[in-house]
Amino acid sequence: MDMQQMTLAEIGHALASKQFSAVELTQNLLKRIKTLDPQLNSFISLTDDLALEQARAADVRRASGETGALLGAPIGHKDLFCTKGILTSCGSKILDGFKAPYDATVVEKLAAAGTVTLGKLNMDEFAMGSANESSHYGPVKNPWDLTRVPGGSSGGSAAAVAARLLPAATGTDTGGSIRQPAALTNLTGIKPTYGRVSRWGMVAYASSLDQAGPLARTAEDCALLLQAMAGFDSKDSTCIDQPLDDYLAALDKPLNGLRIGLPREYFGAGLDARIGEKVLAAVEELKKLGATVRDISLPNMQHAIPAYYVIAPAEASSNLSRFDGVRFGYRCENPVNLEDLYKRSRGEGFGAEVKRRIMVGTYALSAGYYDAYYIKAQQIRRLIKNDFVSAFKDVDLILGPTTPNPAWKLGEKNNDPVAQYLEDIYTITANLAGIPGLSMPAGFVEGLPVGVQLLAPYFQESRLLNVAHQYQQVTDWHQHAPAGF
Amino acid sequence: MQWETVIGLEIHAQLSTRSKIFSASATTFGAEPNTQASLIDLGMPGTLPVLNAEAVRMACKFGLAIDAEIAERNVFARKNYFYPDLPKGYQTSQMELPIVGKGFLDISLEDGTQKRIGITRAHLEEDAGKSLHEDFHGMSGIDLNRAGTPLLEIVSEPDIRSAKEAVAYVKAMHALVRYLDICDGNMAEGSLRCDCNVSVRPVGQAEFGTRAEIKNVNSFRFIEKAINHEVQRQIELIEDGGKVVQETRLYDPNKDQTRSMRSKEEANDYRYFPCPDLLPVVIEQSFLDEVRATLPELPVEKRARFEAEFGLSAYDADVLAASRELADYFEVVNTVCGDAKLAANWVMGELSSLLNASNLSIEQSPVTAAQLGGMIVRIKDNTISGKLAKMVFEALAAGEGATADEVIEKKGLKQVTDSGAIESMLDEMLAANAEQVEQYRASDEAKRGKMFGFFVGQAMKASKGKANPAQVNELLRKKLEG
Repeated sequence: MDMQQMTLAEIGHALASKQFSAVELTQNLLKRIKTLDPQLNSFISLTDDLALEQARAADVRRASGETGALLGAPIGHKDLFCTKGILTSCGSKILDGFKAPYDATVVEKLAAAGTVTLGKLNMDEFAMGSANESSHYGPVKNPWDLTRVPGGSSGGSAAAVAARLLPAATGTDTGGSIRQPAALTNLTGIKPTYGRVSRWGMVAYASSLDQAGPLARTAEDCALLLQAMAGFDSKDSTCIDQPLDDYLAALDKPLNGLRIGLPREYFGAGLDARIGEKVLAAVEELKKLGATVRDISLPNMQHAIPAYYVIAPAEASSNLSRFDGVRFGYRCENPVNLEDLYKRSRGEGFGAEVKRRIMVGTYALSAGYYDAYYIKAQQIRRLIKNDFVSAFKDVDLILGPTTPNPAWKLGEKNNDPVAQYLEDIYTITANLAGIPGLSMPAGFVEGLPVGVQLLAPYFQESRLLNVAHQYQQVTDWHQHAPAGF
Repeated sequence: MQWETVIGLEIHAQLSTRSKIFSASATTFGAEPNTQASLIDLGMPGTLPVLNAEAVRMACKFGLAIDAEIAERNVFARKNYFYPDLPKGYQTSQMELPIVGKGFLDISLEDGTQKRIGITRAHLEEDAGKSLHEDFHGMSGIDLNRAGTPLLEIVSEPDIRSAKEAVAYVKAMHALVRYLDICDGNMAEGSLRCDCNVSVRPVGQAEFGTRAEIKNVNSFRFIEKAINHEVQRQIELIEDGGKVVQETRLYDPNKDQTRSMRSKEEANDYRYFPCPDLLPVVIEQSFLDEVRATLPELPVEKRARFEAEFGLSAYDADVLAASRELADYFEVVNTVCGDAKLAANWVMGELSSLLNASNLSIEQSPVTAAQLGGMIVRIKDNTISGKLAKMVFEALAAGEGATADEVIEKKGLKQVTDSGAIESMLDEMLAANAEQVEQYRASDEAKRGKMFGFFVGQAMKASKGKANPAQVNELLRKKLEG
């Protein structure tokens, strides 16, 4: 089998049985990236030297008898994970040239597991966007149709993995930024429970919503990566000290008796009917595997987008204050005084969508508006969380579409931020509630991938991976590759 | 018109934790710029705060000492504003839910009475760095060593009515935080800083006047001067038909005046909101019980004990209890000599003068409490007179002996109490002053009184001050009576 088309699990077996070395694989993929990525623009940096050094080390570890599943596994990191000595841009001009002085916990843990970092992946500026069009480094294209967006904000991660430039990549998900691009590019992506993965070294967009997770082609690969990424970290006060499940071991559990809830709010107006059909077809497959299905309601879902677009910008307006041109990143030319330095460094360094959210967040936190916006949004957040808690009394899993529409044309929704915000309508609630969510491939509409979203109670990532894996044993949607890749 | 001054104070006490409030960097004062600034203190992208438990413990200790409610659940909030020495663009502080709620502190006024000052709240926050404006050729330097140093901001009620009361309050607070060992109280290094909210109102008026806030006044003396100046300014302004505006002012000690820094309109909208990187701090009763067990005897309690147990005056007790170190010193002296009044007199008299003159703190005293106590023992058992004791004390201060006894021995300062020796010395002296003796004996009672002093002086001179004065008096009187 072509090493470029292998999943992480397959690569693990191939390396273990010495079909090829990690160095060979790395060289091969680096070459592939250089050949094909110009069409996609999914990478911001290629880290050849680091990759080859890590690959050599992995080969040595394997030769000395180590057997870790990720030893020598090539991956890429979304460009908001700090990587020591390597550009960490967050897709923004304001961090142009910023080489992080340290590694994020996720980067450190994956490196310790033996992964090989091929590069840093393009993204919406500061993870703000659903199309990967707001990057300072240019838009990313969807390998399924180069005239379309790959989704965002982890659009570079999604495009690169979908195009088989990489078997897997890290992403982050604040309102759907792993699940939505996974859906739009035919990948499996999981957003873990808030607090499951350390945020240390992950440049913050909205601290109470941000969570890192993997994007890969299969649930099994997601399980492999999440196993290495997750776990308690004393450097992140919001990281939860709870034992990790064995995600790989959980994959094979039969689905007999699994109770699935279909929220009626996920199948109403706004959903492309063709996507709705694919989702229901997936439900039928799961029934065959032993699941039972019932209708449920998440009555406060309609308030999720407004609540999110108060809370996330509010936190962002504060989180992004440190980018002031004083200590790192972009500084304007010849500032005449301090105020000029601030105004022009930030004015020139941030893109339009980031500025829009800083403005919105600043407004929402202002004296006289705080109660009406921020406090109200937090109350809605509580209601949304309560909706899930009560729904999970009757069902084990909630299922629905990941996105209302398939990938749209580049530029199509650029002038209509609200239309773009609405693309996250099904994913945002999981971030507001803090529960884990997964998107998996479930078919195609006019050649464009469709994703099904699974949501589970807190810390039940193993359940999500289990169901997706079982589904992937009886379907082959996830094995479809975009033409030309 | 008669005016009443109303003052509320905000004291920032730098907590003496070894590391910063949200990072592991050291908090030592005076290090080379930016050598004590970690990734977190620099506000590097992706870094996150982790709360220093020691800072929480210290805040709880303070709360218990002022009889305050300790919030079972308190929350850190972000105070957002831009400044070059504020690396994250926000200060992590506490707003709606501070760790320490309402409490009080009793202070001693000059007339010996006590006054209770209410404390509104105390909250934890991080300090900012420092901007350095010299030697950078039109630019500014930023030193982030101080960024992230834990502060306890203690806000008083507007219960203070004069500059003198304000100073008494700050002194009492200074003593308290040092007793609690949560702040070194070094005002020169900025470990204890004070913002003064000052307003005036006609006597008898219930509503407060408009206040001005004087920022960062950093010595007891400046607090008094700054407030007095500001009160004067406000009264003159109002009496001239003007209005006090709510604003922040700075005190310039060189010119002894305050000047406007920014008005209410120019004030920042800090956009406080709960910090999403930190969880609410939950304080359990068992933790508070543990902290309570570590509370030392507090100044107020010590003062009361000194009065009750040792019979000291309110004033003496107050002075001695003002600092834990001074009180401890006094107690050692007292234990060694067994005479609290003498001990108090020596500590507040000779010892204080010595320390003041050489600008030393009590911990740096060249005379140890044991040495001083040992010396007082020799006064009490008549080995030395009070007058000679001063010589012994000076010798101890100069390091001329390890104990008072050694100094007395070396310098031969032992008091002569042998009556035979004193008598023969007196005989010699009287013989040498035969003429005066004649005059004395010929005089009346009134005149004799004055002349007696002359003979005492001669006798002490002859004995080089070592003769026991009481014995000299008695024997001399007998001999002159003839």
